[in-house]
Amino acid sequence: MRTVVVVFPGSNCDRDVAVALARCTGRAPDLVWHGATSLPACGLVVLPGGFSYGDYLRAGAIAAHSPIMRSVHEAAERGTAVLGICNGFQILTETGLLPGALVRNAGLRFVCRPVDLRVDGDTPFLAAFAPGERVRFPVAHMEGNYQADAETMARLEGDGRVALRYVDEAGRATEAANPNGSAAGIAAITSNSRRIFGLMPHPERVIGDELGGSDGRRFFTALADALA
Amino acid sequence: MSAAATTTDDAIRLGLSADEYRQILGHLGRAPNPTELGVFSAMWNEHCSYKSSRRWLRSLPSSGVHVVHGPGENAGVIDVGDGWAVAFKMESHNHPSFIEPYQGAATGVGGILRDVFTMGARPVAILNSLRFGTPEHPKTRHLVGGVVGGIGGYGNCMGIPTVGGECSFDAGYNGNILVNAMAVGLVRKDRIFLANAGRPGNPVLYVGARTGRDGIHGASMASAGFSDGAETRRPTVQIGDPFMEKLLLEACLELMATGAVIGIQDMGAAGLTSSSVEMAARAQAGIRLHLERVPVRDAAMSPLELMLSESQERMLMTLRPGAEADAATVFRKWGLEAVVIGEVTDTGRLELAMHGTAVADLPIEPLAEGLVYERPVTDPPPPSPVAVPDQDTGIDILLTLIGSPNLSSRTWIWEQYDHGVMGDTITPPGSDAAVVRIHGTDRALALTADCTPRYCKANPRLGAAQAVAEAFRNLTAAGARPLAVTDCLNFGSPEDPAVMGTFKAAVQGLGEACRALNMPVVSGNVSFYNETDGCPIPPTPQVGAVGLVEQVAHRGRISPSPGTTVLLIGDTEGHLSCSLYARELHGLTGGAPPPVDLDAELRHGEWIRAQIAGGLADACHDVSDGGLAVALAEMCMASGVGASVEPPDRTLSPARFYFAEDQARYLLAVQSDQVDGVLRTASAAGIPARILGRFGGTRLHLEPLGSVTVDTLRRRHAGWFPSYMDGTTRETG
Repeated sequence: MRTVVVVFPGSNCDRDVAVALARCTGRAPDLVWHGATSLPACGLVVLPGGFSYGDYLRAGAIAAHSPIMRSVHEAAERGTAVLGICNGFQILTETGLLPGALVRNAGLRFVCRPVDLRVDGDTPFLAAFAPGERVRFPVAHMEGNYQADAETMARLEGDGRVALRYVDEAGRATEAANPNGSAAGIAAITSNSRRIFGLMPHPERVIGDELGGSDGRRFFTALADALA
Repeated sequence: MSAAATTTDDAIRLGLSADEYRQILGHLGRAPNPTELGVFSAMWNEHCSYKSSRRWLRSLPSSGVHVVHGPGENAGVIDVGDGWAVAFKMESHNHPSFIEPYQGAATGVGGILRDVFTMGARPVAILNSLRFGTPEHPKTRHLVGGVVGGIGGYGNCMGIPTVGGECSFDAGYNGNILVNAMAVGLVRKDRIFLANAGRPGNPVLYVGARTGRDGIHGASMASAGFSDGAETRRPTVQIGDPFMEKLLLEACLELMATGAVIGIQDMGAAGLTSSSVEMAARAQAGIRLHLERVPVRDAAMSPLELMLSESQERMLMTLRPGAEADAATVFRKWGLEAVVIGEVTDTGRLELAMHGTAVADLPIEPLAEGLVYERPVTDPPPPSPVAVPDQDTGIDILLTLIGSPNLSSRTWIWEQYDHGVMGDTITPPGSDAAVVRIHGTDRALALTADCTPRYCKANPRLGAAQAVAEAFRNLTAAGARPLAVTDCLNFGSPEDPAVMGTFKAAVQGLGEACRALNMPVVSGNVSFYNETDGCPIPPTPQVGAVGLVEQVAHRGRISPSPGTTVLLIGDTEGHLSCSLYARELHGLTGGAPPPVDLDAELRHGEWIRAQIAGGLADACHDVSDGGLAVALAEMCMASGVGASVEPPDRTLSPARFYFAEDQARYLLAVQSDQVDGVLRTASAAGIPARILGRFGGTRLHLEPLGSVTVDTLRRRHAGWFPSYMDGTTRETG
C-alpha cells in the first residue's frame, strides 16, 4: 500500500512514523511538504507528531489552514484513510475532520511515559487488536486532554467511536491511569466512517522490543493489511 | 575612525581593567571609539576569552586515536566507526537560569544544540546537570519548576530526546544554581563543518531570527558575580523560540548537503561580534560587515547594540561565491530570513560600516587571541577528618536515603522531557547511562553526565577525578566502551586565589583521570563568577561522557532477572566520610571523600565490559551515591524483583558494608549456572568479586539490617519529588 506522511514546519515525528511504515508495510511512505497543493494517490495519509508552526495560537491550529490540508480533506471525503498521531490528532480536531478538542493537560505539565490503553472501538486502524485488549504505547504531549460537549460525547460513546482509553492494569479507565485529564479517559477516536483516526499516544515509538515494546509494530502491520 | 575617543574610565565601566585598556591602545595605536571598545570588552571578558582558565586547560589530554576535533571548535568530534562521528559539548547557562529559570534554561538548551548542528551534525540527544539550593530555600521550588519546564519546552519542540542527566540539592547553590546542558549529534565523518570563514571574497550570510536588544551584555553578566537584586538583570536574559531553531536546524542541514556552505558559526555569547571575529580568525582573514543589512526588530539599534545582541536562533555562515541563490531557495522554503551582510577580506581586520560610514576597524588577531592570565592560586587545604558513627542498624536507613531529596526518583523531571522522539532511545533516563542507537544501525551511543559536588568541595582534585571515574563506570555498566569527555567547569571568581586553587586542583584531577581512563577531553566550557555576595558555589567540575555500544543486543541493563546471583565487583573498605549516609543520617558533611584508584577503575571496567559483551551479565549497575544498599535497591526498583543478600564476612559494621561509597565497584547479576565461570575469570584477572546473594521474590533483604518490599521501596523513592513540587508534606510510605 502506498502511504503519505505530511511534513509541516515543526513536525518532528515525521521520520519516526516513516521508519515505522517502511518497516511494517515494506514500503517507504512519500513525504509531502505542507505547502504542496495535491496529494499523490495513496491508501493512507499520516499527519505526524511534533509542534507544527511551533504550536503557536493553539496546537494544530495553524497547520489546519495550511495548503495541503485542503487536499487531505478531499482525500478523506473520497474515503482515503487518515491517521493523526499526537500533533496530527490535534490538527484533525482543529480542521474539523474529527470532533472535540485537545486542551492542556490537567497537570499543566508535559507528560512523557508509557501508558496502558484499552481497545474499545471497531476500526480498521485497530485490526491488530481484539476488542478489550490492553496495549502499551508511550505518550509525549502538553495538550492531550480530550474534551467535547455532552452531545458529542454521547454520540462518540453511542456510536462506538472511542477507539482507545487510558486504563490501569486491570483495564479500568481510572483517574490515576489518565495522564492528561481526558474526558472518559479518551486516547483515540475515529470518524463516523471509521476511516479517520486520531490518537495521542505514539505507536511509531514501539516497533521493536529494544525500544521497549512491539505493540506499535502490530498496529502498523495490521492496519496496512486492513486498509489495503 | 569616527566618533569620540574613549578613556580608561569608559573601559572600566565595561568591565575591562586599566591595564587591558592600555593593551588595546597598543594594538590600535590610538584610542578606540565606543563601538570598538565595546567589541573588545565583549571578546576579552572571561566568558568569551577563557583568560583565567586557559593556562590550566592546556594541561588536559585532548588527543586520541578516535579524536577528530578537540577543543577549540564549536563542539568536540570523535570517530565512532562506519563513517560516523559524534559531535558533543556541554555548556553552562547558570546566571540566566537563576534570574529567569524557564527562559534561561530553554536558551541554554538552544545554544548547545546550535553548537552541535553548526558542525553539520544532527543532534540526537540532550542531557543536563542541574544543581539547586536546599529544598527549604524559598526560591528552590520555583527554580526547579522553571528550569525543568524550560529544558523540556525547548528540547521537546525541537524533537530531540532529552535522555539523561543529574539533579541535586545543596545549600552551596542557594544563591547561584547551575544549569549545564549537553548536546550530542551524529555526522558523517567526511561532512563536518567548521567555523572557518574561508577565502577572501566569500559572502557572509546572516540567517535566522531578527536581532533585538535582548541579551546585550549577557556574556559580561556571566563574567561577574551576583548580589541581591540580581532579578533586575532580567532584561539581559534572552528569550528562546524553539520553533525558529527547528527551522534553522533543518534549513542549515539541508543547505550544508548542497555544498554551498564554507564555514558556519552560531551567534551565541557576544552574538555577531564573536561569531564574525572567530570565523575570520580561524581563516587568518578579515571580515567586513555592513550593519544596516542586519535584520532587526528595532531600527533604532546602534552599531554596538547590533554587534552585542544575544538574540537567539541566529547563524552566521560564509558561502561559496555564487551559492547565494541556492541558499536563498533553501531558507525561503523554511520561511527563514537570510541576508548577505558582508564579505571575507584579506585585511586581517574586523571592519564595521553603517550606511557606508566606517564605525569600527580592529585587528582580528588580538580580539580572537584574547588574554591569558596567571591568576594567583592558593592550594585548597586537605579536608579535616570527620568521624561518622557506624553502628546504626535497621532497614529504615535505606528508606531514609532513597526517600531523601538527593536520591529520590527523578521521574517527576523525566516525564516532562520527551525522551522517546527520534525512535532510537534504547535505554531511557533512570539507568546508569542512556543508550541511543545510531540511526539505522545496530550500534549505539551511551551517554552520561556526572559530578559529585560534595566530594569536589572536600577535595577538588579527587572530586574531579571521581566525576570522570563515575562517568566511566556508568558507560561501562551500559556495556559501552568509554570514548571521550566534555566538561563544564563551574566555579566562583577566578580573582579569588582560593577559588583559583580549587580550579587548578580540579583540572589536575580531571586530567589525571581522563589520561588514566583513556577518555580525552574534546570540548568544554568554563563558568566562573558563580557566587553571590562574595560566597562561591562548591567547585563543580561537571563531566559529560560518550561511549560506544558495539551491539544493541549486548548492552548492559539495570534490571536483573529473578533467580540470578548477586555479585559485588571491587573492594569495600567501608569509607563513610563525605557519604550521603553521613549527611542524611547524621548531618555530617565534609571529611575525606572515598579514594579513587584509577588503575582499579580501568581494570574493573574492562573486565565488566567483557562480561556484558560475552552475554554473561544478566544485569549490571555501578555503585555510587548511597553505596551498595542503594545500588541494590535501584536494581530491585527497576525490575520489580527483590533480592536477599548478606555480607561475605563480618569485618565491617553493617552500616559500613551497605552504605560506604568506596569507588570502582559494580553489582552484577549472573545466571546461577554461570557464576563459577565468571568468578574464575575474575580471579584470573585479579578482579575482586564476591557472591552476596540472589535476586528474586518481592522483598529486598539486607542481612542483618532487615527487609522491605520492593513496592515500599518504590513508593518511598517516588514520593519525595512530586510532593515537594506540589508543596504537600513528604510522603512517609
